[in-house]
Amino acid sequence: MITLDSKIPPGPLAEKWTKYRSTVKLVNPANKRHLEVIVVGSGLAGASAAASLAELGYKVKVFCFQDSPRRAHSIAAQGGINAAKNYQNDGDSTYRLFYDTIKGGDFRSREANVYRLAEVSASIIDQCVAQGVPFAREYGGTLDNRSFGGVQVSRTFYARGQTGQQLLLGAYSALSRQIGKKQVQMYNRHEMLEVVMIDGKARGIIARDLVTGKLERHFGHAVVLATGGYGNVFFLSTNAMGCNVTANWKAYKKGAAFGNPCFTQIHPTCIPVSGDYQSKLTLMSESLRNDGRIWVPMKEKDTRKPIDIPENERDYYLERRYPAFGNLVPRDVASRAAKQACDEGKGVGPSGLAVYLDFRDAIARLGQPVIAARYGNLFEMYEKITGEDPYKTPMRIYPAVHYTMGGLWVDYNLMTTVKGLYATGECNFSDHGANRLGASALMQGLADGYYVIPYTIGDYLSGEIMTKAIPTDHPAFAEAENNVKERIDKLLSIKGNQTVDDFHKKLGKVMWDYCGMARNEEGLMKAKVMVQQIREEFWKDVKIPGTAFEFNTELEKAARVADFLELGELMIDDALNRKESCGGHFREESATDKGEAKRDDNNFAYVAAWEFQGDNQPAKLHKEPLKFEEIHLAERNYE
Amino acid sequence: MTDTLNLTLKIWRQSNPTSQGKFESYKLDGVSTHMSFLEMMDVLNEKLIKENKEPIAFDHDCREGICGMCSMYINGRAHGPLAGTTTCQLHMRHFKDGETITIEPWRAKGFPVVKDLVVDRTAFDKIMQAGGFVSVNTGSPAEANSILIPKPVADEAMDGAACIGCGACVAACKNASAMLFVSAKVSQLALLPQGQVERTERVLKMVQTMDDAGFGNCSNTGACEAECPKEISVAHIARLNREYLVASLKGE
Repeated sequence: MITLDSKIPPGPLAEKWTKYRSTVKLVNPANKRHLEVIVVGSGLAGASAAASLAELGYKVKVFCFQDSPRRAHSIAAQGGINAAKNYQNDGDSTYRLFYDTIKGGDFRSREANVYRLAEVSASIIDQCVAQGVPFAREYGGTLDNRSFGGVQVSRTFYARGQTGQQLLLGAYSALSRQIGKKQVQMYNRHEMLEVVMIDGKARGIIARDLVTGKLERHFGHAVVLATGGYGNVFFLSTNAMGCNVTANWKAYKKGAAFGNPCFTQIHPTCIPVSGDYQSKLTLMSESLRNDGRIWVPMKEKDTRKPIDIPENERDYYLERRYPAFGNLVPRDVASRAAKQACDEGKGVGPSGLAVYLDFRDAIARLGQPVIAARYGNLFEMYEKITGEDPYKTPMRIYPAVHYTMGGLWVDYNLMTTVKGLYATGECNFSDHGANRLGASALMQGLADGYYVIPYTIGDYLSGEIMTKAIPTDHPAFAEAENNVKERIDKLLSIKGNQTVDDFHKKLGKVMWDYCGMARNEEGLMKAKVMVQQIREEFWKDVKIPGTAFEFNTELEKAARVADFLELGELMIDDALNRKESCGGHFREESATDKGEAKRDDNNFAYVAAWEFQGDNQPAKLHKEPLKFEEIHLAERNYE
Repeated sequence: MTDTLNLTLKIWRQSNPTSQGKFESYKLDGVSTHMSFLEMMDVLNEKLIKENKEPIAFDHDCREGICGMCSMYINGRAHGPLAGTTTCQLHMRHFKDGETITIEPWRAKGFPVVKDLVVDRTAFDKIMQAGGFVSVNTGSPAEANSILIPKPVADEAMDGAACIGCGACVAACKNASAMLFVSAKVSQLALLPQGQVERTERVLKMVQTMDDAGFGNCSNTGACEAECPKEISVAHIARLNREYLVASLKGE
């Protein structure tokens, strides 16, 4: 039985972190040399944590499933990273970034964590610049900023449309430096498949070498998960093909509570689905909404070419409905509005599931070269995929699953409900509430890795200085390895008729139809049964070629989909439980007269943290009440 | 133009690093022109699995042209026929009905084959570990705007930093040289003020590691630039050569 203790330090909000950081227990350098930390994942959160911990003197092991740590999916973030620098003199501050994030998250995140995030944001930019990250600059040589959805200041730093790539390469270079110094041992093409527990503490992992198939045992005094989000439960998402929930799910099954699993972000600007062979959806950066105008034809099923539709027959529905924020409303609001327009029959393109994102006016106002300088690579990407030139005809876009705000529940130290097991970056639930603002994922990943975990892990490891490295022939390692082996053998022994993708696509469709942009009780109940059926069928009829002891990508996929099939049900349970609408979670039963999300603060101002109770048993719900001491709960209004 | 293609795929099969590989041919009909190349490979793999055959191993992840994981040599060209494009962003509309497409792994001594189309590119990581960084610990660095960088310099550094580390430059080069990859990083950090302190040491170490990994010499054919999905210019190689020469004269 777990207890949720958020460990939020006492004192005024603005002083909590500074004071805590200055009083948290330390580990002396001689002891750090004997303490081993495992980091799983090499994206922004993982690479920055691993590098920073190694710099402090800890012995670090890093695991990633890709062929190099530089490939983690943080690399695909396009638009930018927020920081409260107030370089533009437009009234930005730590408090404003904090407030925007809480409001953007529809008042479902923890004040203390979010304030800390806003507080360390400025240092992240300093750190990245020191590493040589080539952010965009003004002619005077200073850093440039742009604005992003859900806010009215320009606080987003960027490097062309490749901000995630440049920040990740910065963290990767810091990590590489530590690998070169042998302070970090890097395990490429390794996938974590189990957490090893000894005396109630996380003490290591079982990892599979994806090239040879060999199972390996690794000890750590602490284990840090930085394994990203679980958007691929929907099959189609903007996530990379390999993104998965497996590490988090193993942690959940070992007692780490899963926070707000139903909070999913559907990104409004993605390239629409073109056919049933589709393997992933491509995001077009939200930054495009700075200059692009979103519209649909006023007439239903209008088949004219967009350029033939006159101005007075176009509905710029975001500008009409939300004049204060216009095309820059937060993602959840923009996505729902697009869905509503398409549901009304005004969607465009062959499927009718798309809206226009039009640059005609911006090109007329600024000239094509300016637009090309700002978004050139995105326009090229669009043209490559669709074969259409967005300088001449509007882009067609539609919402797609992009990010998961839910994740492993963590306390202020980023520790899960399992002692010694941490979760950082997207894989924790902590900072974005029910909806994440654009350019805040990169900020959170790096905040956790560079500026939070290096301090907070000391609180735990200072109590471990007498713990000698546990040999991996300990029975707990043997048992954990055996569990993994049995599961792999079971998967391979099924030899059914349907491929892993067949099941993944079925699961994805159920999740998208019933637990996607709009949810209701009836649909969710139906979906729960459907997911259970697909899961049962999977374990009877999945077909996995090859063996366990070789490079076997189908086996990798199967193990991940098996976990998604369990997670899907938990997401549905969470969505059923939360009978309010908030952020990305829209319960049709809970809407205002204007069709906007209607929160229920009296009954749902809490984090839903789910505890595993055994296979095929309902998970147990724990509630962490959200206390708002600084901010007054308000209706989220972008009109 | 038809909306679907019937194709013959001639694909390199190799079960492990030491085995002898060979080409095998597969027919694939009804390929939509809107598919990406990797989606076409997915469709082929699904078909092979259902026919109780072993699917083709290939590297891929983000499928939006940025992670650098995909790595196919298609009809004699790294990442296929389109300039400035990764395999994952190559679409089937660029192929003809009835065409035979030859698909091979990167071929270079520095990149041994793992299986089928998958190669081992850890040599690139090693080069980065030798010096592809600024030695600055996490902590309290200087205020970001205290380092002023002229926009053209920042832009040029970004041109080099855009490298995705896919290895197409090596695969395209007849000498399997990694000069474009190394130069992109050396150039980025040599241009920026942050990279000055370690400028000499960096270039010497990275080039040494590159040579040790078995990559060949550059003979200025420019194939790397032509095949680079991020269109990184060989001008960076010229800068690398200058940096290396100056550093060698200075000694360490």
